[in-house]
Amino acid sequence: MRTGRWQPWLFVGPALIIIAFFLVYPTVMTIVRSFFGRGQELFGPNVQFVGLANWKYVFTSPTMLLALRNNAFWVVMFTFFTVTFGVLLAVLLDRVRYERIIKSIVFVPAAISYVGASIIWKFVYAYRAEGLPQIGLLNAIVVALGGKPVGWLIERPWINNICLIVVGIWIWTGFCMVIFSAAYKNIPRALLEAARIDGATEWQVFRKVTLPLLGPTIAVVATTMVVQVLKVFDIVFVMTNGAYGTEVIANRMYKEMFNFFNYGRASAIAVVLLFLIVPFMVSNLRRFTQQGVTR
Amino acid sequence: MTSWRSVLARIPLHVVIIAFALLWLLPTLGLLVTSFRTPSDIFGSGWWTVLAHPFDFRQYTIQNYIGVIYRQGLGRSFLNSLLISVPATFLSAFVAAFAAFAFAWMEFPGRRALFMLVVALMVVPLQMTFIPILPIYRRLHLSGTFPGIWLAHTAYGLPLTTYLLHSFISNLPKDIFDSASIDGASPLRIFFHIVVPVSVPALASVLIFQFLWIWNDLLVALIYLGATPNVAPVTLTVANLVTNRGQNWELLTAAAFVSAALPLVVFFSLQRYFVRGILAGSIKE
Repeated sequence: MRTGRWQPWLFVGPALIIIAFFLVYPTVMTIVRSFFGRGQELFGPNVQFVGLANWKYVFTSPTMLLALRNNAFWVVMFTFFTVTFGVLLAVLLDRVRYERIIKSIVFVPAAISYVGASIIWKFVYAYRAEGLPQIGLLNAIVVALGGKPVGWLIERPWINNICLIVVGIWIWTGFCMVIFSAAYKNIPRALLEAARIDGATEWQVFRKVTLPLLGPTIAVVATTMVVQVLKVFDIVFVMTNGAYGTEVIANRMYKEMFNFFNYGRASAIAVVLLFLIVPFMVSNLRRFTQQGVTR
Repeated sequence: MTSWRSVLARIPLHVVIIAFALLWLLPTLGLLVTSFRTPSDIFGSGWWTVLAHPFDFRQYTIQNYIGVIYRQGLGRSFLNSLLISVPATFLSAFVAAFAAFAFAWMEFPGRRALFMLVVALMVVPLQMTFIPILPIYRRLHLSGTFPGIWLAHTAYGLPLTTYLLHSFISNLPKDIFDSASIDGASPLRIFFHIVVPVSVPALASVLIFQFLWIWNDLLVALIYLGATPNVAPVTLTVANLVTNRGQNWELLTAAAFVSAALPLVVFFSLQRYFVRGILAGSIKE
């Protein structure tokens, strides 16, 4: 399309200016800031160069090591279950007539906020002392089965973290299911039928035909899930605020920033988050940019 | 032709599916039921006891909703959420559409590199941006204001929205632009009279996406509006309610439902576009 010399810049200009100010400049400055101490204004009188002190804190302090460990646990559990449930639901729901309604039910959490979902689950996990009527669904089941009520969000180190991760899985499974379902329905039915006619069991069809064909989609979705979960914040902030050994990187960064006003440490933590995300995003981005400018 | 055998063989399938459905449905149902119960009922018995006599309407109350909307400030916050998300959604979609159009159809130096840069910025977690921006925002008196958060949301959404719109707009047939150009239409005219109308499906997906994302956002609001309660969106007010009134389930459940009401309406009425947007962002057509 023919345009004047300046016209293209009028169109891309607003986006580029906004991106330069809100994404490019801060990214550079946050990296620089991670080598400076507490205080807010980088070039203010009280902010000193501290070398690698913040980085030492990030990789050696018990608080941060716990957060890093928890994030790793989140990545493994959350990614495994969202992807597995997503594939499972996509394949199973294709075989029943009430597919649409179930899909809507599982997909709904994608529309509501983490805050809303956190309250929903906080109530499921509600704990009351033995003898009082249990009002949380989970403890009611435990007590009905003859057990003692459990403080789900307090019980460390694994139970409370798993309970938080369940909330994430509940929110994101529908998203995975929708994508896998579209990919599954793109697989030519004749291919699956041919395998069945050759005498393959349903499990074999799934293992040898469906799963390999879904492979590229699974890779993309799993990567997207990893990136999402590395940044996990809201669920932890609302449900435990990192107490009882449930701290995660993003929540720690927020605390350093707003509770302790240590912008230096907070910057270093943010940079860690960036470095953790980059390798996972690169594979997805490569695919993005391949589709990029073609003309 | 269905034999008993094949019906029996399918029972496990149905059991698994129903189990999933219950797991996804029951927590939300519990929230909904509880939000209509009196505090003494809530703490006296589990919400599921209502299911024994669900149509006995004397047991329900809307006092919890009145409480959160008027006394806990959720009514004001709901309005704030609208005032934040609607302008921010349109602003980001239009800035992105402008850029996507230029990246797809105009010639200018650095086009390819700049487009790659914009898309590549998807890797940047929001956490990387707060610390340098916040002092500037304070100095410009933008923190605690609607324009401040509109701009922030627009920026944070741009990499993805520009990418999504670009992949749609760049696939439009070349002829429509050529003939319009020959007719002497300016790029601005072409944008508003051709690109926008034919891109409605893609724009709808992006708008819904952005709207839900901004409406449901907590982190960006905490950073830029956290210190100013009278501009707080619902997510922020509800999160504060959890901190301050953590055991008042009658308030928390009603508040959570108020915060979810509009996204649910949008979701159920426009699910098609929402799904399309998700698919456009994740699998290559």
